[in-house]
Amino acid sequence: MPIIESRLDLRHAVYDLTLPSGEPWLHEVKRGQTFRILDLEGNQAVDTLFYNSADSLERYSAQDTIRVQRNLYLSAGSVLMSNLGNPMLTIVADTCGRHDTLGGACAAESNTVRYALDKRHMHNCRDSFLHAITHCTCGVGTPLSKRDIVSNINFFMNVPVTPLGRLTFEDGISAPGKYVEMRADMDVTVLISNCPQLNNPCNGYNPTPVRLSIWEAQ
Amino acid sequence: MSTHLPVDLEPIPHVLWETLIPAGTHWSGILRRGIALRVIDLEGGANLSAVFYRQEDPLERYNMADTLKAQHTAHLTRGSVLYSDMGRVMASITADTLGWHDPLGGVGDATLFSNKYRAARYQEHRNAMLRNGRDSLLLELGKYGLGARDLVANINFFSKLASDEDGSLTFVPGHSRAGSAFDLRFEMNTLAALSSAPHPFDPASTYEPRPVKLIAWRAYDADAAVPASDPCRAACPENERGFINTDRLFV
Repeated sequence: MPIIESRLDLRHAVYDLTLPSGEPWLHEVKRGQTFRILDLEGNQAVDTLFYNSADSLERYSAQDTIRVQRNLYLSAGSVLMSNLGNPMLTIVADTCGRHDTLGGACAAESNTVRYALDKRHMHNCRDSFLHAITHCTCGVGTPLSKRDIVSNINFFMNVPVTPLGRLTFEDGISAPGKYVEMRADMDVTVLISNCPQLNNPCNGYNPTPVRLSIWEAQ
Repeated sequence: MSTHLPVDLEPIPHVLWETLIPAGTHWSGILRRGIALRVIDLEGGANLSAVFYRQEDPLERYNMADTLKAQHTAHLTRGSVLYSDMGRVMASITADTLGWHDPLGGVGDATLFSNKYRAARYQEHRNAMLRNGRDSLLLELGKYGLGARDLVANINFFSKLASDEDGSLTFVPGHSRAGSAFDLRFEMNTLAALSSAPHPFDPASTYEPRPVKLIAWRAYDADAAVPASDPCRAACPENERGFINTDRLFV
């Protein structure tokens, strides 16, 4: 879990947005630009997918990323791989130390399984993803559909696998002000759901805002 | 290889059909609700990469994350079920001599296979030619109008990756022996695409795929449902709810 701090100054960011919980975000990050997600209040799950802006058929692949680094967790130095075997982004700074590749996104339907049948109506990450791509009218988001919502990253989530093969959702290791920063290795379109899950102790049952910032190539 | 290899599982009451997936090749088919497959590693060291889709609506498909988090597991074995992305149980592992199947490692693509193994083209090798796992699954999915957009995270039956505290993964050699087998019972009408190409983490530098045998039978009638006492259904409250969601497709 290497901890590497950023040298970037927020005063020089070309983009800076505070995204409330329960909101989606669809935005392009150009090759060479650096993209930061900052956990403002701690232990917020940021469900994230990446698509090649030139061809959305190429997208972040959890299994290819795990295979290339032979490790389940993401931290500084991790390369986020596409389904076509190409590097999409590289994590260049990280003060949290571990991010999840396995837990995926919550959905109305999976909430009925995980919590109770009557939780179906609750707001969830897949609805946020679908809302963002349904309302996108230009760029790579336009052709996206449910077919393209694949296994995502959960930034700031701690989902350890035990040597006996159990999957556990542990208390977060993130905290207010922790951040992860990645440099784009190709033009990517980022699809985020700032998770609205109210049934899971991993975020303290309290979804909170995150800060999203972009810097030009250094 | 004998089709009567001893397998340490309950005898199958009435075989509907059986087929061989030769080493390194691929297969697909429809398994309807209530049908079960016995899947056998005939020689030991097999790997069977698999993805699953609902036959009537392939937009509903196997979901790695939902399967793992619903059951709080990072491996699959007897008692585990496979979840679709719509909160329904697609299939259940009702018996297993192995104890561990890998849902994490993915498939190897053309680049990985050509870097790892010597090329083996059809011209010289005929049907012993080298087929990589990803293209094998894509080829089978293409027959149903599905493509690269639809190729989701897969399962690797018969394989095991050991994980350390720091999350690093290591391939466990010799995990599956000749005669290792599991039973996969389908709870909805399911399209399965399978490849017997080697696991992408397999450190062997020589291309040595293994054959896998499938034997089908009817586990329950199409208009019946799996009882509440079923070990997969009763494995956790999550699975009971997943089965309720699936049953509602068939009432």
